[in-house]
Amino acid sequence: MLQEETVIHHHAHHFTSANHEFEAAKQGMWIFLVTEVLMFGGLFVAYGLFRGLYPEMFHEAHQHLAVHMGALNTVVLITSSLTMALSVSSAQKGHKVSSVRYLVLTLILACCFLGVKYFEYSHKFHDGLLPGGFFTNTEIKSPKASLFFSLYFMMTGLHGIHVLIGMGVISWILRRTLRGEFGPSYYTPIELVGLYWHFVDLVWIYLFPLLYLVG
Amino acid sequence: MSNNSAVVQGEDHYLNHSRGLMSWLGTLDHKRIGLMYLFSVLLFFLMGGVFALLIRLELFKWGGHNLVDANTYNKFFTYHGAIMVFLVVIPAIPAALGNFILPIMLGAKDVAFPRLNLASYYIFMTGALFAVLALFLRGADTGWTFYTPYSIRTNTTVLLVLFGAFIAGFSSILTGLNFIVTIHKLRAPGLTWMRLPLFCWALYATSIIQVLATPVLAITLVLLCMERILQIGIFDPKLGGDPILFQHFFWFYSHPAVYIMILPAMGIISEIIPVFSRKPIFGYKAIAYSSFGIALIAFIVWGHHMFVSGQSELANFVFSLLTMFVAVPTGVKVFSWVGTMYRGSIHFNAPMLYAFGFLELFTMGGLTGVFLATLAIDVHLTNTYFVVAHFHYVMVGGTLMGLLAGLHYWFPKMFGRMYSETAAKIGFWLIVIGFNVTFFPQFILGAQGMPRRYWSYLPEFTFLNRISTLGSGLIGVGFIYTAYYFYRGMRSGAKADANPWNAQTLEWKTSSPPPHENFHETPVVTQWPYEYLPEDTSMPANLR
Repeated sequence: MLQEETVIHHHAHHFTSANHEFEAAKQGMWIFLVTEVLMFGGLFVAYGLFRGLYPEMFHEAHQHLAVHMGALNTVVLITSSLTMALSVSSAQKGHKVSSVRYLVLTLILACCFLGVKYFEYSHKFHDGLLPGGFFTNTEIKSPKASLFFSLYFMMTGLHGIHVLIGMGVISWILRRTLRGEFGPSYYTPIELVGLYWHFVDLVWIYLFPLLYLVG
Repeated sequence: MSNNSAVVQGEDHYLNHSRGLMSWLGTLDHKRIGLMYLFSVLLFFLMGGVFALLIRLELFKWGGHNLVDANTYNKFFTYHGAIMVFLVVIPAIPAALGNFILPIMLGAKDVAFPRLNLASYYIFMTGALFAVLALFLRGADTGWTFYTPYSIRTNTTVLLVLFGAFIAGFSSILTGLNFIVTIHKLRAPGLTWMRLPLFCWALYATSIIQVLATPVLAITLVLLCMERILQIGIFDPKLGGDPILFQHFFWFYSHPAVYIMILPAMGIISEIIPVFSRKPIFGYKAIAYSSFGIALIAFIVWGHHMFVSGQSELANFVFSLLTMFVAVPTGVKVFSWVGTMYRGSIHFNAPMLYAFGFLELFTMGGLTGVFLATLAIDVHLTNTYFVVAHFHYVMVGGTLMGLLAGLHYWFPKMFGRMYSETAAKIGFWLIVIGFNVTFFPQFILGAQGMPRRYWSYLPEFTFLNRISTLGSGLIGVGFIYTAYYFYRGMRSGAKADANPWNAQTLEWKTSSPPPHENFHETPVVTQWPYEYLPEDTSMPANLR
């Protein structure tokens, strides 16, 4: 199927075929995701270190996170991964309308995620549960609790930035899909954005238990 | 082995394919991007070099006086280190020479992602801009290592330098990613893995480190920026954080980064030695695989930077032991190069001279590294000039010698003209003698206990410090002279033909300079590139 239709999409001059170009792009994306894992890895190591140093503080501090909101966001993101996958598969089959529909759904779910995050963050700000030097909360008795919230904001913040970037690139491929640029013979960008979005989802799958369910 | 089609249409090449400033700034041609990197890196090298000379001038203590105050001196060595590490030695060989040569060596028309390649260049320049901008504000005085908690408290503009290094890191990551995919996907027909030139193997191993280690630096620098902006306290003992964690993170990147610097230089040496010995490379597989051995060990030795930082005794012991393992794959390479030269027909052209320079100086740097890996000795030598001398022998003696060897070797390919061989020999001796005069005394100073990064020193260290400063002046003269004869070569050197060194890797099978798409016809590879016959000991007559 792929081989027959390669003629339709014009590939860049240094590749021998559209499939050749697709394979290269996909390998590049996987390597990029490896770098992302290592970038988040630093934060996970810091988390592990401080949790080992201050286990009681982590236990007490995590009770100030809203588990139901975190759980809701987990469901939202997993669902958005599903809609993203369905959009990629629709694009591969040449079903433009359903591909667009699923992309829009993915965008809406991403907005929901950030909306919930907004309410969570404002609540934390209100309670003085802020990183490091700005921490003013007096309810938590364990010392050094500001560290937990430093980690919470750094980890969810970096993840949130990735969600924002994801929304940006999803909007970009939505535009290109609407222009009819993708079809069974060429769908590289939408496939790669899909990979990226699943990665963003996966990071959250780790963040949720580590931060919200730590006790 | 001649490729006539290249010669026939030799007039149209990548330098005159299109004209005007925008044809350079917006180019997707890896050769032009490579040259833009090269000239940018050389500009930063000049800047870093000026700071080096300022450091040495201060330490000369002319008439017992100080040139600058202590705070200014701290900024000098910070800038020298940060510029040289992040903007010169890390990108120099992969981003400049690698970009130019790798796709041609593979018989490809370009790297896998040309637009990403151009973006990497602009990301690099943006990062550099931030770092240099800080220079015009309140500078930075943390040293290039940004150790906490001082880097959190200092009132200099260290934030901009951190941000600059963070951005430049992405350029390094994306270049590594681009090279890995290029090597996997764009090899010419017949170019099997076991026929791959060793420079490509070296760049592959380098790229793996760039891709795996640099993201850790990125997150570390982000956290340090956040320390300064939001006081997150992760590295700040006052808020319950751990400054040693910063050192672990920092060296988890910055030790492998040393191999980002040295592996590509080793790749260049592996190309040059067989060509100028007219012999097949000895131990091809051993050299190729040892690059990966070095890359692997690179990730598990970072703790040797922290022997006196408060790590546990056990960790010190393990890191010390592991560090010594680096000497094994490195030794495999050095002995393979020596084995290649054995009974070869050696031609002392400039690239080969610099390869010799590499062998001598890098071996000294490497062996003193084994001294420093030894716990009892390191405790005495930590933070002394011995360490300074050691890593300059590795970085200048290794990376810079490799860069200069590669620049001379590929100069005819890049510009289609020859440099002056006599001038190159003079330049080589100026730089090598100047280098040894500068840094050998520093081994002695360090062993005698002179600490690094200090603005003043005890009177008994004066003599050796002055010798060292004189040597640095000689290096400076050597580099200015080198820049001069390269410029002359570019302007009015003798025309170079496609293969002036009678070498066998693919870049010599296309015209000099190469056409826009590197080859007029995609080359087909039928053998490995080191098939030098015993009776074929010749070089083109004018190059002997």
